[in-house]
Amino acid sequence: MSADTPTPKFTGVLGWIDYRLPVISWGYKELVAYPTPKNLNYFWNFGSLAGIFLVLQIVTGIVLVMHYTPHADMAFSSIEHIMRNVNYGWLIRYAHANGASFFFIVVYIHIFRGLYYGSYKEPRELLWILGVIILILMMATAFTGYVLPWGQMSFWAATVIVNLFSAIPLVGDSLVTWLLGGFSVGNPTLQRFFSLHYLMPFAIFAVVFLHILALHEHGSNNPVGIDLTKKDKIPFHPYYTVKDVFGLFVALLFFGAFVFFAPNVLGHADNYIPADPLVTPAHIVPEWYFLPFYAILRSITFDIGIFGFTLIDAKLGGVIAMFGAVLVLFFLPWLDTSKVRSATYRPIYFWAFWILLADVVILTYTGAMPAEGIWPTVALIGTIYYFFHFLVLLPLLGRFEKPKPVPESINKPVLPRAAPAGPQAQPAE
Amino acid sequence: MATDAADGGNRRDFLQIVGWTGFGLGVAAVAWPLFQQMNPSADVLALASIDVDLAGVEPGMAITVQWRGKPVFIRHRTEEEIAQAEAVDLAALRDPATDAERATSADGTTRQPWLIQIGICTHLGCVPLGNKQGEPKGDYGGWFCPCHGSHYDTAGRIRRGPAPRNLDIPPFVYNSDTEITIG
Repeated sequence: MSADTPTPKFTGVLGWIDYRLPVISWGYKELVAYPTPKNLNYFWNFGSLAGIFLVLQIVTGIVLVMHYTPHADMAFSSIEHIMRNVNYGWLIRYAHANGASFFFIVVYIHIFRGLYYGSYKEPRELLWILGVIILILMMATAFTGYVLPWGQMSFWAATVIVNLFSAIPLVGDSLVTWLLGGFSVGNPTLQRFFSLHYLMPFAIFAVVFLHILALHEHGSNNPVGIDLTKKDKIPFHPYYTVKDVFGLFVALLFFGAFVFFAPNVLGHADNYIPADPLVTPAHIVPEWYFLPFYAILRSITFDIGIFGFTLIDAKLGGVIAMFGAVLVLFFLPWLDTSKVRSATYRPIYFWAFWILLADVVILTYTGAMPAEGIWPTVALIGTIYYFFHFLVLLPLLGRFEKPKPVPESINKPVLPRAAPAGPQAQPAE
Repeated sequence: MATDAADGGNRRDFLQIVGWTGFGLGVAAVAWPLFQQMNPSADVLALASIDVDLAGVEPGMAITVQWRGKPVFIRHRTEEEIAQAEAVDLAALRDPATDAERATSADGTTRQPWLIQIGICTHLGCVPLGNKQGEPKGDYGGWFCPCHGSHYDTAGRIRRGPAPRNLDIPPFVYNSDTEITIG
């Protein structure tokens, strides 16, 4: 069995449609016959899983909007109305709130999968860049969505995040007023955030479409990281449809555990207090998926300058570092100069990958801690290492690291063990 | 096609320039309202000034009023608090300002007992503590921002923590000894 499945000739009604609008043969080619590497491991489940969570967010979101009121005086009450009065409103809202968290964890695993197996390398640079664009859109969507319940955390998250832009020289304060539609967070802010929160998921959907288009042009990467021939590939359906459905069920087990048994552990209790512009909560902590970036933001506590002349003050420095932490990913395909994709064959990058992952976990933890005692120092070290990894280590590794020999085909490492009878034996499929 | 190369260009070049310029102006004219609708609307701007009666605020007391959706801290300071603020060496301050400068209205009236400031931390916009009784006033007797630990002194000047500036002074004028207009 190989992936060389020809698109069948559709007949009858399907044929009539396909002759005029070739969506059926196109869907068959991309979703049924799509030649997929046969050696993919479970880390390759997270792409389609992310797509499913996007659809879950859009569906639950559209339903919630039927009951939600985007006005500063009524937003908080309308959330409680959804929770108490609307039939299954609690279920839909908890699924939406926890669905955001699950969307992020799935996407983060998907990203680290790409980092480990070098999925961003030639010819998949644009595929990777489209992914970073999706991540940024997701962040903007999650942030605007978090403001909508109009609780204390909503209000102060909006205040702190929009005020980041005041760090921009000259236009900062005008920009903040323009973003808020007033001189502080208020009803105009809520209404525009609502509008954007409804818009952006559809933008994500469109970019996901381009992401898949770019993916299918050169095919999926694989754990060995070499370019595969047709005989190393199998059709997407039924092999990977069934595997993705199995992965989905496992993910839904965890998702269900959160939605039904711990729906608020990922949230913050202060967001059940209505927004109050005159009282700031004692600890402002973003949602967990923003914590590493929040830690990077807070890590710059000193002015940067030369000869006693301040070039970048601490506030602007933190903002630059935080946005830089995401933007550096755009340049990753060119910062990593190694030709070998998979970390399996890169002895030093293998460790660099795990240290980076540990660094991000530490930054996540640091972001949740108050900015006092040892934590600002930990955050600063974590931030420096993060940028060191991308800007210094990766370019140098490509030059000085000696990769292990990469197999010529994915059949090679299997054959000596699996086929004692002779080199002609074919691996089971 | 008519060409007229004698003066360095032809009729089509002219039409191209006029056409694209017109198109650019048209795009800008359409984009401008779409951009401007994001700025504060007329009703938000209409709330831009308020009158505050200071008569009931005794020395040592502080009140918080809301102006443009933001808290404004009005503190009637005691002699000790003013003396404490005046004793500070200006060179040691991140954002140097004398106590008298901090207590001066938009039209130049200085009344040191009255300190009128926007109650928003200049770091990332939290509301500092210390304007209500029982709240921590920080290490310098003024205000303390719990978000990222900025300490302000009795003149509202930044003394320690990440905030870059002193608490902002809103534009205000004295209408009489006991009334001010903010905005």
